Amino acid sequence: MALNTWLPLIVVATSLFAALGIFLLREERHTLRSAFNLSAAAIKLGLVIWMAIGVLDQVRYETRYTLIDGVSFILRADPLGIMFAGLSSVLWLFTTIYAIGYLENAPNRSRFFGFFSLCVASTVGIALAGNLFTFFLFYELLTLSTYPLVVHRGTAKSLRAGKIYLAYTLGGGAVLLLGVAALHTLVGDVEFSAGAGLRVLDPALHPMLVVIFVMLIMGLGVKAALLPLHGWLPTAMVAPAPVSALLHAVAVVKAGAFGIVRVVYDVFGIEFAWQLGLLAPLAVLASATILYGSLRALAQTDLKRRLAYSTVSQVSYIVLGTALFGPVGTVGGLVHLLHQGLMKITLFFCAGNYAETLGVHRIDELDGAGRRMPATSVAFTLGAFGMIGVPPLAGFVTKWYLGIGALQAGMEWVVAVLVLSSVLNAAYFLPVLHRIWFRPQRAPWPDEHFHAHRDTHPWLLLPTLATAAMSLAAGVLAGMPFSPLYWAEVVVHQSYLP
Amino acid sequence: MSVALPLPWLIVVPLGGAMASFLVPERWRVRLGLAVLPVMWLVTLAVLGDLAAHGVQVHALGGWSAPLGITLLADGLALGMVALTTLVFSLCAVHAASHAAEKGHNGEIGFLWPLLWFLVAALNSIWLSADIFNLYVGLELLGLTAVGLVALTGSAEALAAAMRYLLAALLGSLCYLLGVALLYAAGGSLALGDLGTIAGSGATARVALALMTLGLILKTALFPLHAWLPPAHGGALAPVSALLSALVVKASLYILIRLWLALDPDVATAAAANLLGALGAGAVLWGGWMAWRQTKLKYLVAYSTVAQIGYLFLFFPLVTGTSTIAGGLAWDGTLLMLISHALAKAGMFLAAGNLVLAMGSPLIADLSGISRFRPLSLFSFGLAGVSLMGLPPSGGFTAKWLLLQSALHSGQWWWVVVLIVGGLLSAAYVFKVLRHSFVEGPKRDHFNSPPMAMELAALALAAAGMGVGLAAQSPLTWMRIGSPFGVGG
Repeated sequence: MALNTWLPLIVVATSLFAALGIFLLREERHTLRSAFNLSAAAIKLGLVIWMAIGVLDQVRYETRYTLIDGVSFILRADPLGIMFAGLSSVLWLFTTIYAIGYLENAPNRSRFFGFFSLCVASTVGIALAGNLFTFFLFYELLTLSTYPLVVHRGTAKSLRAGKIYLAYTLGGGAVLLLGVAALHTLVGDVEFSAGAGLRVLDPALHPMLVVIFVMLIMGLGVKAALLPLHGWLPTAMVAPAPVSALLHAVAVVKAGAFGIVRVVYDVFGIEFAWQLGLLAPLAVLASATILYGSLRALAQTDLKRRLAYSTVSQVSYIVLGTALFGPVGTVGGLVHLLHQGLMKITLFFCAGNYAETLGVHRIDELDGAGRRMPATSVAFTLGAFGMIGVPPLAGFVTKWYLGIGALQAGMEWVVAVLVLSSVLNAAYFLPVLHRIWFRPQRAPWPDEHFHAHRDTHPWLLLPTLATAAMSLAAGVLAGMPFSPLYWAEVVVHQSYLP
Repeated sequence: MSVALPLPWLIVVPLGGAMASFLVPERWRVRLGLAVLPVMWLVTLAVLGDLAAHGVQVHALGGWSAPLGITLLADGLALGMVALTTLVFSLCAVHAASHAAEKGHNGEIGFLWPLLWFLVAALNSIWLSADIFNLYVGLELLGLTAVGLVALTGSAEALAAAMRYLLAALLGSLCYLLGVALLYAAGGSLALGDLGTIAGSGATARVALALMTLGLILKTALFPLHAWLPPAHGGALAPVSALLSALVVKASLYILIRLWLALDPDVATAAAANLLGALGAGAVLWGGWMAWRQTKLKYLVAYSTVAQIGYLFLFFPLVTGTSTIAGGLAWDGTLLMLISHALAKAGMFLAAGNLVLAMGSPLIADLSGISRFRPLSLFSFGLAGVSLMGLPPSGGFTAKWLLLQSALHSGQWWWVVVLIVGGLLSAAYVFKVLRHSFVEGPKRDHFNSPPMAMELAALALAAAGMGVGLAAQSPLTWMRIGSPFGVGG
C-alpha cells in the first residue's frame, strides 16, 4: 500500500512540522502553541502505535530515495526501531506537558518548544533510520537541535556547558563520520541487516574493520557517555529540568546507546563481532563505566548531578547487554533501553518538581520533603527502587536478564559487576529516600511556590505520576503483551534468531 | 535553429540592464532592476530546457566558428553556474531593493544597480566562454566591476580595500594574460577544446599553465594570496559581499578547473595538483582559525570564505592521476561544495548584514540578546552555518561526504584529515556567533528592524543551501552533461 511507504517519513515529519509551526507562531500565543504541540505529540504517538501493531504482523514500512549515486536515504520501521521510536513519542508527550507547566511565565518559550520538537524529530529519525548514512544524518541533527536547549537560560554557566557539550558531541560526530565514510568505501551503502555485507569481506581487511568499529563506538560513545567520554553530561545539568529529562532519558544518551546496538547487531552482526573479538573489550568498557558512574554519583551533593552520574552508569547497562553474546543478554540490554528511559525521566521530573516547588537543589535540603510533596516523593521512590533493581520493579527485570545472559556468554565476572553496581545504586539512592521520608524538615524551604497545591502544580505532577506508573507497570506486568520485555523479545526473535 | 538560440541572451540581457540602468534617473533604477529579473529567469529556464532537450550546445557568435570567431559553450557545468548565478543574484537583488526602499532613496549607492548588472554579464560570459582569451575579457570585466562595487560606500576603509582588491585583480589578470599569450604563440589557437592537442607538453605549456594558475589563484584568494579578500568582502554592502563571496571568487576557480581538465596530464602534473591541494589545506586551517579570531561579524564571514575556498582546491589532487571513481566523486563533491557554499555564504552575508543593521554595530560582542528580537535572521545565519560546518542535512555535508569518499577511494587519507578538522574549525566560529547571540545580558531592548523581505531573502538562500544537500542527485546529474565525468560517479 502506498501509505506504508510514506508512514515512516510522516512520523518523523510530524514533529518537524510542529517545530516549524511553533517557530512561526508569535511568542505570546501560548495557548495555541501548547495545543498545537500537544496535538502533534498525540498524532505522532498514535502513528507509532499503528506502525508497531503493523510490524508485529510483518507489514513493511519503508521510505527510500536515492540521495546521490550509491547513497540512499532510508527510513524503515523494524522492531528495534519501533521500540525506540515508541519510547521517544511516549516521553515526548509527557515531557511536553511537563515543560508547559515548568516554563509558565518564562521567556523564549517559542524557541524552546521549537527546538524541543526538532530534537524529537531527530530522535525518531535515528530510531527509524534504515542505513548508517541516514542514522548519521539524524545523529548530527540531534546535536544541533539540542544545543539551543542546553544554553536556553543564556547565563554564563549554561553557555559554558553548551561549549563543552558541543566540543564533545561535534568531536564525536567527526570521528563517527570518519568511521561511517570508511565503511562506506569498503562495502558501499551500509544498510542495517545483521552484518550481511561485512562477513564476506576478505579476512585481510579484518584489522581495518576493527579500527572502524573502534571509531564508530568512539563516536557513539560520546553521546552514550561511555568512559572516558562522559564529561559533557554532568555539566549539561544546568539546562532546565525538562531538557535534562529529555537529554538523559530519551534523546541524547539513548541515541548513542541505540547506535551502539545498531552497530553491533545490524552492521557487524553479533556473531561476526564476536569472531573479531570486539565484544569482550566492549563489555569491559561498559562495566567500568557502570562502576565509575555509580562511584561518582555517591560523591555528589547536588540532586541533579547525582542523577546525571547515575545516568552515566545506567546507560552502560544497555551497552553491556549488547556486548553479551547470546539472546538473553540481548533482551536484557534492549529492555533496559525502555526501562531506563521511564525510570530516569521520572527521577528528573521529580528533581524538577522539588526545585520548582520548594527551591531545593541540594540533597541535604530534602529533609522532610515527603510530607510536603507526598505524590512526587512516591514517584521518586518508585524510580529509585527501580534503579536499584528491587523486585519486581523494572530494573530488576533488566538485571535478571543481564545476569543470565552473562552466564550464558561465559562472562561470570559480569555478575559480580551487576551485584556491586546494585549495592552502589542502593548506597546513593537510599540516603536520599531516608532524608525525604524519615527526617523532619530542618529549615524553611529555600524558595517555596504553589502554596495552594497539596503537592505541586498539576502540569508538573501528572506527567511525573504517569511515568512512575509506567515504570512500575513495566516491571510488574513484564509478562504481558506490549510490555517492554515482550517487545525486547520480539526484537530478538524477529531480527536475530533465524 | 541558431537564430532562436537563447544562449547569447544570457549576456545580452544583463548588459542591456546595465546600460539602461545608467541611462534612467536614479530613482527608477531599483524598479528597472526588479523588472529585468523575470526576463533573466525566462532566458535561464529556456537555456536549461535546451540542454535537457538537445544536450550540449555550442554557439558561434555571428556565425564565425573557432579559431576565428567567438564560441559559447553550454555544457552542464556552464549552465549549472548560470542557473546558480540567476538564483543568487535574484535574492541579493531583492535584498538590495528592499533596503533601498527602506531608506527611501539610493543616496551614495546610486551606481549599485548598473554595476550589479555588469557583474552578472561578466559572470555569464565567463561561464559560457570556450576560449581562453574571452575568458580573460570576462575576468577583467568582472574584476573591475567587483572593485567598483567594493568602493561604492565611499568610506576611507572601503576605498583602501578597493585599492588592494584592484591591485590584486590587475596583477592576477596580467599573469593570466601572459599565460594566454604563451599558449597562443605555441599553438596558434585559443579554444579551450584544442589546448590539449595543440599546446603539447613542452616547457612553454608548463610555464603558461604556471602563470595562468598563479593569476587565477590570486583572484580566487587562495591561501596565502588571500589578504585582499577579508577587507573587500567584509567591508562592502551586504548584497555585494554576498555576490562577491558566492560567485565572483568562484569564477577564477572555474576557469582554473576548465584549464586543468583541458590540458595534457603531462603539463598538469600530480606534483602541481598536490601543491594546489596543500595550499587549499592551508586555506582551510588558516582561514578557519582567523575567522574564529575576528571581532567583527562580517569579517568573520569573510574569513570563512577564505577557508571554504580551500575545500574547492582539494579537487586538483583528487582528480589528477586517480581512478575514475575517485575522480568522479571529486567532481561531484567539488561542484556540490561550490553550489552549497555559494547559497549558504550568500545567505550568511545577507543575514549578517541584517544583524549588523539591527544591532547598529559591526561587533560580534554586541549580538547579546538578539536571539529574542531578530530570531529569523539569526536562524538564517545558523542554517547557513550548518552548511558551512558540513553537518547534515545540508549541501555542505553531502559535498563533504563525496570528497571524503573520493579521498578514501584514492587512498589520500591526509585530505580526509583536512576535511574533518576544517569542519570542526568552522563549527567553532559559527557557534561563536550563536553563543554571543544567546547571551541574556543586561536587558537591551532596542534593535532596529530591517524589512521582512530582507530577512526572507537571507532565509531563502540559507534554506536552499540546506535543501541542495537532500536533493543533490538532480543538479549533479545535470552538471555531468558534457563533462569528462559524464557517466556515473
